[in-house]
Amino acid sequence: MSEPLLEVRSIVRTFARGGLLAGHPFRAVDGVSFRLEADRPEIFTIVGESGSGKTTLARMILAMVTPTEGSIRFQGTNLAGIRRRRDRLAFMRQVQPIFQNPFEAFNPLKRVDRYLLMSARRFRGARGAEVESAADRALRDVGLSLAEVKGRFPHELSGGQLQRIAVARALISRPALIVADEPVSMVDASLRMSIVNLFKVLRDEHKVSIIYITHDLGTAYYISDRILIMHEGRAVESGDARTVLDNPQHPYSILLKSAVLSPDPAAREETLAT
Amino acid sequence: MASAGAEAVLTVEGLRAYYQTSTFGIEREVRAVDGVSLHIQPNEIYGLAGESSCGKTTLVKAIAAAIRPPLRVLGGSVAYRFGDRRVSLYDLDAEELAAIRWKHLSYIMQGSMSVLNPLRRVRSSFVDFAFRHIGKPMPEFIGIVEAHLERLHLQPSVLDAYPHELSGGMRQRVTIALATVCRPNFIAADEPTTALDVVVQKSVLAMIRESQRAMGASMMFVTHDMAVHANLSDRLGIMYAGRLVEEGTTAEVFRRPAHPYTAHLIASLPRIGDALTREGLGGAPPNLADPPPGCRFHPRCPLAMEVCRREAPEMAWISDTHRVACFAANVEAAP
Repeated sequence: MSEPLLEVRSIVRTFARGGLLAGHPFRAVDGVSFRLEADRPEIFTIVGESGSGKTTLARMILAMVTPTEGSIRFQGTNLAGIRRRRDRLAFMRQVQPIFQNPFEAFNPLKRVDRYLLMSARRFRGARGAEVESAADRALRDVGLSLAEVKGRFPHELSGGQLQRIAVARALISRPALIVADEPVSMVDASLRMSIVNLFKVLRDEHKVSIIYITHDLGTAYYISDRILIMHEGRAVESGDARTVLDNPQHPYSILLKSAVLSPDPAAREETLAT
Repeated sequence: MASAGAEAVLTVEGLRAYYQTSTFGIEREVRAVDGVSLHIQPNEIYGLAGESSCGKTTLVKAIAAAIRPPLRVLGGSVAYRFGDRRVSLYDLDAEELAAIRWKHLSYIMQGSMSVLNPLRRVRSSFVDFAFRHIGKPMPEFIGIVEAHLERLHLQPSVLDAYPHELSGGMRQRVTIALATVCRPNFIAADEPTTALDVVVQKSVLAMIRESQRAMGASMMFVTHDMAVHANLSDRLGIMYAGRLVEEGTTAEVFRRPAHPYTAHLIASLPRIGDALTREGLGGAPPNLADPPPGCRFHPRCPLAMEVCRREAPEMAWISDTHRVACFAANVEAAP
C-alpha cells in the first residue's frame, strides 16, 4: 500500500493569451504538488479566488486537460499515458467528477435517471435488473430513491436534489476519488449543508477521497482534513485545514481569511471600515 | 412602531407581482411576490434575504419600476417620498417615470458586471444615463462625473476604458458609480457582489456603504448571502416563497430569529473556527406556480402544527421593530 492514491508532482499548465503575434503564455497552474494516500480517505480542499487555477488543476486531475510540465500519477499510473479507450474507462471508473452548476451539468432534455442507468451499464457492466438496483442503491446513499427521480427532467428537481443525483451518479462506479469543483456554490443556502454533510458520509462510510474545490472558507473549515491555498496558479500554503485556517502564515492566506465576512452583526463596524 | 409611514422613503403595501403566461391556451401563473408590505426609512440599508426563486429579484423589479411582461403587478402599491414630493410608482406615465429614474430612483441590476455596453467607452454610458438628469453643459457634466469617481476611489481614466479592459470588480464599481452619480434618494441593488471574489467583495461592499452614507440615500440591498447582510444591512427582511416571513433590525434577526426558516438559515452558516455539525434543511423549495396551502414553509418546518396546513399566517409584531409571520413564533396570531 505504499503507492499513493494520487500524486501530483510540480505540474504546470500554460495557455496562450493574446493574439497570434502578440500572444504570450499564461501559466494558469504553476508548479503545484501534493499527494493523497491510498489507505486514508480524506477531504482535500483547494481554495483560491477566481483565476487562481483551481478549475484547471481539477481538470488535469480528471485527465481532461494535460499538464504542460510535471506529472500526475493515479494509483501509480501516469495520466499522460492513458491512450486506449479501455484504460480511460478504467480510470474514469476510479475518478469521478461533480461540477459546479447542476442545472448545466445535466442535459435539460434528458431524463435524469438515464444518466444513472447509463453509468451503471458503462462502469459497472450491469445488465437487466442489476442496472436499476445499482442506480437505486447509489440514490439511497444520497438520501433519494429511484422511484423519486425516475422519468423526471432536470427542471422538475431542485438544485439540491440535482446535485445529490450528481453525487449518486459519481458513486455508481464505486470510485476511489471524487473531484468536486465548487459543488455547493449554486445550491440554495438551506440545502447547502446537506450536500456538504454528504461528503463527510462518503469519506467515512464509503472510504472515498474527495478533492473539494471552493472559494468558501467557511465550508472548507467545516469539512476539510487538509487544505491547499492557491494564488495565481501557485500553491501558497497547505497543511492541516484547521491549523492553516486558524492561523494562516502566507500574506495571501491572511488576506483571504480577513476578507471573509463574519456572519455576526456584532463585529460589523470594523469589517467594512475603509 | 417602525411603521412610521409618513417618514418612510419607500412604502410598499400588499404588493402582488405575478408572472402570467398563456402559451397554446395553457394559462400559467407564478406568484413570485404575493402580498408584501414594507417601509424603508431615510438613510437606511434594508437587506432582503432568501434563497433562489423566492421572489427577491421580482420584488426589486417591482419597486424599481422595471416590470416587463410576462411579469405584471396585479395589486398593491409602491409609493416613494423624494424630499417633499410623493409619488405612487404605478400611477406615473412613461415620461414622468423616465424623469425620476436614475435621478431619484436607481437600480443596480443583477449581473451588473455585464450591463455596460461592450462596444462603447464607459464615458458614453455615463452620458447616456446621467446627462439629462444632471442638466449641466457637457464639460461641467464630465467634471461632476470625475469628481464622483474620485469620491468612490476610482481613477477618472476609467471613463476612457472599454468594459472589457476593466476587471470584474472594477466594472462592478463603475456600475455603482453610474447608479449613484445623480445622488438618488433610493437605490435598489440586486446581488451586486455575488459574482465577485471575497477579497474584492469586501472592498465593493465598503464602497457601497460609504457612498450610501455620504449621500444619505436609502437602499434596498438584495443578496442570499447572510454574512453580507450581517455586515451591511441596517434592517433585514427574509423572504420565503414570495412572501416576507420575518423582518427586524439586523442584530435582532441574527440574535433572536423568530421564524424557523430564518433560524435555520442563520444556524447553518459555517464559520471559521467552528466545526460543529450543521444540518441542512429537508425538503425542496416550493414551486411558486403551485405553492403549498397554508403557511408555505409548513412542509419543511420542524414546528409545523395543524393550523399551518390550513391557514397562512399574517405578519405580526413581536417587538417594536421585529415582526414575523409564523403561528409557532407568534402564539396570539394563531386562531
